[in-house]
Amino acid sequence: MKLLLPTSLEEACGALKDHPQAIPMAGATDLMVHWPSRFEAHEGTYLDLSAVEELRQHRFTDDALVLGGSTTYWQVMRDPRASREFPLLLEAARQVGAVQIQTRGTWAGNIVNASPAADGVPVLMAYDAEIELVSHRGEETVPLSEFYLGYKKMRRRPDQLIRAIRLPRRSYEVEIFEKVGSRQAQAITKVGVAVTHSEAGWRVVANSVAASVCRCPALEALLGHDLPVTTPDHLLPAIERDVSPIDDIRSTAEYRRKVLARVLFWALKEGRGRNRERARR
Amino acid sequence: MKRREGLAKLTGRERYVDDLVIEGCWWGATVRSPAARGKIREIRFGEEVDWNEVVVVSHEDVPGKNTIALMEEDQPVLAAGYVRHIHEAVLLLAHPSRDVVRRAAAAVEIEVEEESPVFDFRVPPEADQIQYSDDNLFKRLLMEKGDVASALASAPLVVEGVYETGAQEHVYLENQGMVAWEEDGVVSVQGSMQCPYYVLKAMREALARDDHQMRVIQTPTGGGFGGKEEFPSGIALHAALLTLKAGRPVKLIYDRGEDMAATTKRHPSRVRHRTAVAEDGRLLAQEIDILLDAGAYMTLSPVVLSRAVIHAAGPYSCDNVRVEGKAILTNAVPFGAFRGFGAPQSLFACERHMDVIAQRLGMDPLRLRRRNLLRDGQSTATGQVIEDGTDRLEVLDRALELSSFHQKRRAHITFNGSETFRRRGIGLATFHHGAGFTGSGEVYLDSVVHVAGLPDGRIEVRAASTEMGQGTITVFTQFAADRMGVDPEDVLIAPPDTSKVPDSGPTVASRTTMVVGHLVEKACDDLREKLGLSPQATGAALREALGHWHAGHPDQELLGEGRYEAPPGIVWDDEKYRGDAYGAYGWATYVAEVEVDLRTYTARVVDFVAVQEIGKVINEVLARGQIQGGVVQGIGWALMEECKWRDGAMVNNQLTNYIIPTSDDVPPIRVGFLETPYPHGAQGAKGIGELPMDGPAPAIANAVAVALNKDPRVIPLTPERIMSLVETS
Ligand SMILES: Cc1cc2nc3c(=O)[nH]c(=O)nc-3n(C[C@H](O)[C@H](O)[C@H](O)COP(=O)(O)OP(=O)(O)OC[C@H]3O[C@@H](n4cnc5c(N)ncnc54)[C@H](O)[C@@H]3O)c2cc1C
Repeated sequence: MKLLLPTSLEEACGALKDHPQAIPMAGATDLMVHWPSRFEAHEGTYLDLSAVEELRQHRFTDDALVLGGSTTYWQVMRDPRASREFPLLLEAARQVGAVQIQTRGTWAGNIVNASPAADGVPVLMAYDAEIELVSHRGEETVPLSEFYLGYKKMRRRPDQLIRAIRLPRRSYEVEIFEKVGSRQAQAITKVGVAVTHSEAGWRVVANSVAASVCRCPALEALLGHDLPVTTPDHLLPAIERDVSPIDDIRSTAEYRRKVLARVLFWALKEGRGRNRERARR
Repeated sequence: MKRREGLAKLTGRERYVDDLVIEGCWWGATVRSPAARGKIREIRFGEEVDWNEVVVVSHEDVPGKNTIALMEEDQPVLAAGYVRHIHEAVLLLAHPSRDVVRRAAAAVEIEVEEESPVFDFRVPPEADQIQYSDDNLFKRLLMEKGDVASALASAPLVVEGVYETGAQEHVYLENQGMVAWEEDGVVSVQGSMQCPYYVLKAMREALARDDHQMRVIQTPTGGGFGGKEEFPSGIALHAALLTLKAGRPVKLIYDRGEDMAATTKRHPSRVRHRTAVAEDGRLLAQEIDILLDAGAYMTLSPVVLSRAVIHAAGPYSCDNVRVEGKAILTNAVPFGAFRGFGAPQSLFACERHMDVIAQRLGMDPLRLRRRNLLRDGQSTATGQVIEDGTDRLEVLDRALELSSFHQKRRAHITFNGSETFRRRGIGLATFHHGAGFTGSGEVYLDSVVHVAGLPDGRIEVRAASTEMGQGTITVFTQFAADRMGVDPEDVLIAPPDTSKVPDSGPTVASRTTMVVGHLVEKACDDLREKLGLSPQATGAALREALGHWHAGHPDQELLGEGRYEAPPGIVWDDEKYRGDAYGAYGWATYVAEVEVDLRTYTARVVDFVAVQEIGKVINEVLARGQIQGGVVQGIGWALMEECKWRDGAMVNNQLTNYIIPTSDDVPPIRVGFLETPYPHGAQGAKGIGELPMDGPAPAIANAVAVALNKDPRVIPLTPERIMSLVETS
């Protein structure tokens, strides 16, 4: 294995120009999982971002929370302001692995690993996150909801790094995150959903029910129209249109569809996340 | 007394086999079959590896019989041109680099001319699938008491039920691993294991060597649960073959993926009950058919089946019982020993069925059990008259009291009526577990323990019984210290090494504290006698006597010996399965309270009470730990642990996707002990290692049945299964 260790973002972009095959590495909690069995990975070149200080910090601007390209779950969990203004970040982060992963794992790594089961992505997407991609050729901003193109396919060239993730600061009246795993902790999501409602409208984002984490436009429209939803089953037609779950080693398509309807229904009905006392800005 | 090796484990100083640093040691790897059944047509060695550097061992390198000696000589050490399951070991490789040897293993391609495999043990095999005898049955057992046919024919009510349980992975913390080396003509194998003398026996056959040319040493073992009962014999042989060919020490350590995929698991089961009951709930006849999936080789399946059969009728009095058990071949990775050893499977069926019967009768399941629980003087299904002085009704009552069973049951009615998506239920199981080897097994084992009196006045217990986290070292110390009247610090426990300790039998079957512990006591008595000490003489007198003896016998060893003798009056007929199946039984009632979340169809155990009569508690902390650990393993088996199969091989062979409970998934487990000393167990103890594996699953399934008013028959009760239960009316 070959390791590149840039100390600035500029150096990092330059390294990716010179080594187009290099793989960025943040917490490595995804990259290293299959290390013992994937011999080809041992031959790779890695771009270790740990010494790039400017990627690490998150900050508040007047209109956004900006996470760095190697900001960890833990950093957000330990920041009372971030937890207060964006409570779903805290809720999701708490359910990612355990403390060992939370302190190493990053939001950007979660995004680029592109697992359909990623827990960080749904809440970021429900907050209308945009990602800033940089390379030696320049920079561009992509809404997270338009980032994924299919299973592990995304709008990112290999030479691009996530520099930042921007979450607009808004006032939310509904904020929901539900993770259904196969046990109480340390579980990969079998079905999950994040929901927000603000002046920008409804956002419903589901994970583990499609080739990538995805917005659910039919559900958003249904919620926007204030149609009567009196049982979980009333959500099923919209779910049918929005997602395409599969049977796999962890669960079944039927379970995922049904349980998505049920957790969403009860969360909305119980008014979870609604009327939370929050001082914003 | 605190666990003697506890601090070393807690601080990470304990050295497991993978921690041993051995000069010049090479790494081994195993090349496995990609196919479930067929002839090996060709083996290709990939060009990306420099094969001159790699030692390759095949079945042709086995000096003795190519078999892992156990019950039947059917399982080859290395496949000889034919495979019967995926992951069957075909070749072994060794190289100085662990990385290179893994790459080399991945670079071997084995081509198999596939033949028709069997994967579903419940479906009778076709003619071209027959691979053992003429029906693929490794074993059939029949146990009969009274006249079941006429009792069934004349009964007012016959209740039927079919119950299924899944495979279970042991998930010992430490994976399987061995290191082997040869020195002065002696082949030594050292590693993680429960039964050093089983390994020695296997080496005797396959390596064709005399006992004095072989040595087996146990390293501190990070959990076994039965998974290190018979399986280590194979991996030990592999390490030995590699060292013989490589001419240097070789380590063979499985990683988690290989361990989960290629090693044994608990036998999946299907059990059918037909029970004749009187209107007042009396059991008139029990007809039970047990079918176990044995996998591709026999391993220990016949004895697992035997325990399943003997426990199948539960701790109840019934005059007419007929149990037929079958263990059938499939082309799955072989199933093997696992804590409980067949009893959890048949007791799941029995105890779930008791609730089904109660439901049919419209009777409280507590009353049904109370009516039928064995009273002293009554006999079990094998005709064994139980007269151990235990009040089994008291065990039940204690559990009901400790769990506030009645109050909770009432509270749940209100709860379930007012909650929208949460449902609660409480359920129980009353059960038993026979301790020690079945029938005449202990007599055949002929176990021996030595206690050596050392010149410095200390004593050393020498036994092949292993510590694997359950407390052997600690309780043996307690027994020896108490019996000799010395400080625990003056008791040494010899590490299990076949060149140094006698064969005290395998560390299995809940026998170590009860049976072998008693031999420790006998060996102490013998030592005392050889020293001419009175029964009152302790500490200082012993030291003095030892000093004297050694002064008079320079360079000699003074050994007290304890040899197994069957308790008087034990009679067992191995042909007819009649008589005293076990010297002693532990008796228990477990109560589970569950909550089902109807949003996610997830059942969670919210409270658990485990009450048992175990003769005598030897070490409170260890005993409690055994019970709580067993209950957690039972919760996993009941609700979440599920092996997913493809072509007879486990495909979710990672801890990411094979779901065991975390501490968040486990409720407080409240443990109660009752003591009626067993006169032939050490200090009155009976075995408890396996008992706690038997009760949780049926108690939990019964609680789920109550919570949902449904009738679950299959475990694990995963959310997906609970969904179909709820959705189908
Ligand atoms: C035990 C365990 C438990 C886990 N539990 C969960 C869980 O509950 N929920 C969950 O969602 N995930 C879980 N994960 C997965 C993982 O921890 C997360 O996805 C984490 O967010 C990945 O972040 P990382 O920094 O470690 O990524 P890395 O492994 O470093 O990288 C992941 C991918 O992102 C790319 N990448 C990283 N940073 C950048 C960047 N700045 N720009 C461009 N590309 C980048 C890498 O090239 C790689 O392709 C778990 C992992 C483990 C080992």
